[in-house]
Amino acid sequence: MFVTLKPSVFDPQGQTILDALSSLGYESVRDVRQGKFFELDVVADSAQEAMTISTEIADKLLANTVIEGYRVEVDAKREEGD
Amino acid sequence: MKFAIIEFPGSNCDHDAYHAVRHVLGQQADFIWHKDTDLRGADTVVLPGGFSYGDYLRTGAIASFSPVMDKVREFAAAGGPVIGICNGFQILLEAGLLDGALLRNRRLKFLCQDVHVRVEATDTPFTASAELGQVLKLPIAHREGNYHVVPERLADLEANRQVIFRYCDSAGLTSDSVNPNGSVGSIAGICNLRRNVVGLMPHPERACESLLGSDDGRVVFESAVAALVA
Repeated sequence: MFVTLKPSVFDPQGQTILDALSSLGYESVRDVRQGKFFELDVVADSAQEAMTISTEIADKLLANTVIEGYRVEVDAKREEGD
Repeated sequence: MKFAIIEFPGSNCDHDAYHAVRHVLGQQADFIWHKDTDLRGADTVVLPGGFSYGDYLRTGAIASFSPVMDKVREFAAAGGPVIGICNGFQILLEAGLLDGALLRNRRLKFLCQDVHVRVEATDTPFTASAELGQVLKLPIAHREGNYHVVPERLADLEANRQVIFRYCDSAGLTSDSVNPNGSVGSIAGICNLRRNVVGLMPHPERACESLLGSDDGRVVFESAVAALVA
């Protein structure tokens, strides 16, 4: 799950990183936004169910939807005994 | 007047709040552990400052799910006065009891300094004994004090007079240079629509005795006491 500040929210950390990159000579980098990455190990009957659970978790806890947006990617794996 | 001071793992301004209401103002005060679901007949609830859950994930995020918060919600829904100071303000925002969110200070640094705030409304339980426009010198100590809300919501807050404290200079004038953290509208504290829940970033509980640099914060707690008697 990727959680990032909404585009309308000023990101001072991203801005600071951008300035640092500029000092390092990477003038081709136009913008930097810093976010969070969560890896959830979810046991579910389907990728869809895992997506539903993850989305709920994102809305409830992992993202503050006032200022953050998120994207969930499910990597489904069958386990022994399924 | 009985104050309930909620303690979360990591709260560290709980004793400052206790000292202010119990020893300086002579009121009753109880510490309520975050897992308790009994506010013990409190008249006013205080969510103190600190670093609940180490600010893990987001400041105040995990604390907003503590069992005690269901009781605080009930208490607030029934009109009970609730004040959230610093981390307490963050918790109230995460719990949805106040609108908006707090971002990292715009210059990224943790700020530990005195500021001035102007009282923008005196019809809340925590500003009722203050004068409109009164300037209070209070300390701040925060890294995520940059209040943010979308422009439409900001317009609502201003129209509804929900901005309770605004950063200013000693003469009460606002400007970007006296806004320590970049918060939108120089907002230092707000209230809910019903006006019984107030959150602010500065620490009035650390400004109740002139020996400690300022006693401008007393009026916040004196207001709560007076509001109950009224």
